[in-house]
Amino acid sequence: MPTLGADMEAGTLVEWLKKPGDALKRGDIIAVVDTQKGAIEIEVYEDGALEQILVAPGTKVPVGTVLARIGGTGAASPAMTTARETPQRVRVSPVARKLAADLGVDTANLKGSGPQGAITREDVERAAAIKAPVPDVTTKPQGATLAMRTAIATAMARSKREIPHYYLSTTIDMGATTAWLRAENLKRPVTDRLLPAALLIKAVALALREVPELNGHWVDGGFRPGAGIHVGCAISLRGGGLVAPALHDADKAALTTLMQALQDLVARARAGSLKSSELADPTITVTNLGDQGVDAAFGIIYPPQVAIVGFGKIADRPWVAAGKVEPRPVLTASLSADHRASDGHRGGVFLSAIDRLLQHPEAL
Amino acid sequence: MTRDDLTRMIGEALAKVAPEIDPGSIKPAANFRDQFDLDSMDFLNFVIALHKTLRVEIPEADYPRLYTLDDAVAYLASKT
Repeated sequence: MPTLGADMEAGTLVEWLKKPGDALKRGDIIAVVDTQKGAIEIEVYEDGALEQILVAPGTKVPVGTVLARIGGTGAASPAMTTARETPQRVRVSPVARKLAADLGVDTANLKGSGPQGAITREDVERAAAIKAPVPDVTTKPQGATLAMRTAIATAMARSKREIPHYYLSTTIDMGATTAWLRAENLKRPVTDRLLPAALLIKAVALALREVPELNGHWVDGGFRPGAGIHVGCAISLRGGGLVAPALHDADKAALTTLMQALQDLVARARAGSLKSSELADPTITVTNLGDQGVDAAFGIIYPPQVAIVGFGKIADRPWVAAGKVEPRPVLTASLSADHRASDGHRGGVFLSAIDRLLQHPEAL
Repeated sequence: MTRDDLTRMIGEALAKVAPEIDPGSIKPAANFRDQFDLDSMDFLNFVIALHKTLRVEIPEADYPRLYTLDDAVAYLASKT
């Protein structure tokens, strides 16, 4: 068992890729070993033939243990192996591997967010959350729903346990946005019409440019800014559960494009056909519970993200403008954010930016 | 187009949006959104499905006339 870093004490042999008698040449990958840093391929250093395997798959052995013997072209020599961290192979941390087995997640299809693309516990939790049951409540057994419930439970419990949330809300005058939408949709065929959700997501994405510390992940004790603004959209599934796949680069998309992408995402989420990148990439989540008639929604952050934005319904309320009370469509926007990554002041700046952006819907 | 034709097409449009809906179970006077837990995206997709099947233009201002089966049948009958 080669050492793969000063902190490594042991490794678990995951699988042998060669069997006794196989010819080996320098550079061949002979086995896969699981370590705290993920799965690592073991490479052969010399030509020869695999004589004997000494450690069976699934066995955890200390660093320095001989794993196999390789016969050279001449006299038999002890195995000379070294490890090479190969990015093309899926690297999975042991915890993630176990969780994946428990939740029935296939790690081969996941994109890792850990060091050098390693699949972490969080990646598996996320994947399990999106391993959406086909929403056929009448015929599906409880199993798939239960697995999703478990995944949500794991992620949400971890969030409340680890993330010091702070909560802010603001009430936004939606008069400009609703008027603009009404006029715009009048011009559009039904297939191209916009929903308020598209404008809200765009406003969130643009506001994140101004307050980037809300866009990204808290990993290994520090904030890692998102590579882009990938807005996870909480989508409830028929028959229970939810997923929050990403609208990639939402800040750069035109409203029509964003709306189409959202429609497509919702349809695929409910059909259970999301892509791994959509599940792995969100840098923030937006939850919109307005359709359910709630005034405001305060979300629980989806780790390792650092913020979730909640929207309630757009409803007519008395509003004071220029010293007079008048009915206006208003919306409560909330922010739940990770206090390790940002402070309330910046959260406030973010909500103000959303408000300001929604006063100029034509510019979204 | 008869009322039965329209009723069937509305049922099909709803089932396209929410596959678990049994078209035979639709209550004539109850709001689709409440009956089948539709959100605004579902409702938009329902309107799009009707538009594609019946080839009628349905302005956003008319959406409230599609909230129940009875209303929708009457509205679409006036358009086709």
